[in-house]
Amino acid sequence: MNRFKESPSQTAGPYVHIGCTPNFSGIEGVYPEDLGKKMITDDVSGQRIAIRGTVIDGAGTALRDALIEIWQADAQGKFAGQGGEAGFTGWGRSPGDMATGEFVFDTVKPGRVPWHNGQLQAPHVTFWIVARGINLGLHTRMYFADEEAANAEDPILNRIEHKSRIPTLMAQPEDGGYRFDIRLQGEGETIFFDI
Amino acid sequence: MSNRNGFAARDRAWHPPALAPLYKTSVTRSPRFAPIGAATSLSEDTGPVFGHDILGPRDNDMITNFATPGEMAIGPRIIVQGRVIDEFGRPVPHTLVEVWQANAGGRYRHKKEGYLAPLDPNFGGCGRCITDETGRYEFRTVKPGPYPWPNGPDDWRPAHIHFSVFGQSFAQRLITQMYFEGDPLIWQCPIVGTIPSREAIETLVARLDRPGSLPMDALCYQFDIVLRGKRQTMFENRMEGM
Ligand SMILES: [Fe+3]
Repeated sequence: MNRFKESPSQTAGPYVHIGCTPNFSGIEGVYPEDLGKKMITDDVSGQRIAIRGTVIDGAGTALRDALIEIWQADAQGKFAGQGGEAGFTGWGRSPGDMATGEFVFDTVKPGRVPWHNGQLQAPHVTFWIVARGINLGLHTRMYFADEEAANAEDPILNRIEHKSRIPTLMAQPEDGGYRFDIRLQGEGETIFFDI
Repeated sequence: MSNRNGFAARDRAWHPPALAPLYKTSVTRSPRFAPIGAATSLSEDTGPVFGHDILGPRDNDMITNFATPGEMAIGPRIIVQGRVIDEFGRPVPHTLVEVWQANAGGRYRHKKEGYLAPLDPNFGGCGRCITDETGRYEFRTVKPGPYPWPNGPDDWRPAHIHFSVFGQSFAQRLITQMYFEGDPLIWQCPIVGTIPSREAIETLVARLDRPGSLPMDALCYQFDIVLRGKRQTMFENRMEGM
């Protein structure tokens, strides 16, 4: 079979919001609304949560020009397009707050999704982060710190050699939901995955 | 079987490394640890799907989609078209392609943009389309201008269009940039230079397609995009057919 090389990645640059969230960046009237703003479009089951956090660089500064996307199962562990609930898109996109860079996703706590051997994974949300200075989009996963039993048997977490880094994947409960800060570099550098 | 990744492994020597010091912003935004290799699951093998219902009639026409009715963006009119395929050469149909760019003077419509070239009142700078059954996409725009940017004392970006592509899986998610055939600035740009090989860079250079041009209207550029290829095995086919 013919093999082609994947198109090489290039940074999203400082103006990614023009293309991906134009209304947020002040370009109004082209698209009716920015994609990925609403993940819950109708009645859905499960616990409603807000996921908040910031992306922090190696100098300790919060990024204000990042674009963060998440993809997750619904509360029953099903993905949109794969038998998931009709009122839940599973996909969110946030440009972060203009002043603080804080992202927020209003979503539901995901159910458990099977791994390819049938074993259940712990509840998790898949993250993808791009920004100026990031040459290839970063993939990571957010787990829930209060799901200790499920986390203990998660196949991905169990394969991580440096156990001391696992807390970087844990969202901490807070009022109304969970906090998940992403550190690109330095102390507490978030685990990123080569998937 | 349980270690198998659903995708052909990403060739990280082909992509830019996270840390590329000549592109200064990458210095504090590059992870120091290597990314951890992990098998994909449904969480990465699936992804959002967008229907044509999200598209307005002028979403793929940046010459008019921000313009006052009856007016048009200023600049050399171009059509950009191509195919989205995967590493195995299979077309990627029905996938969302988002684009953004500076205007013909090299100026972005953005609060943080400080370049002295003027805004074009009729140019917003964003467009999008969804590939057809054969993976084809097309949009119309004006050719963006090159622009200077704060990195080295005198760095210029070659004319370029930013692309965001979804594919069918979250693992295929890609952002890249398209350059224009014959532009000498391509080979002087620190962002282009983050890509390790000339061969890889050349895959991001759109080809001028003279026969595809519209006489007295617009030049045509061809730009194909390759996303990661999902492995297909008997096992997987059975699973997907269940
Ligand atoms: Fe740019």
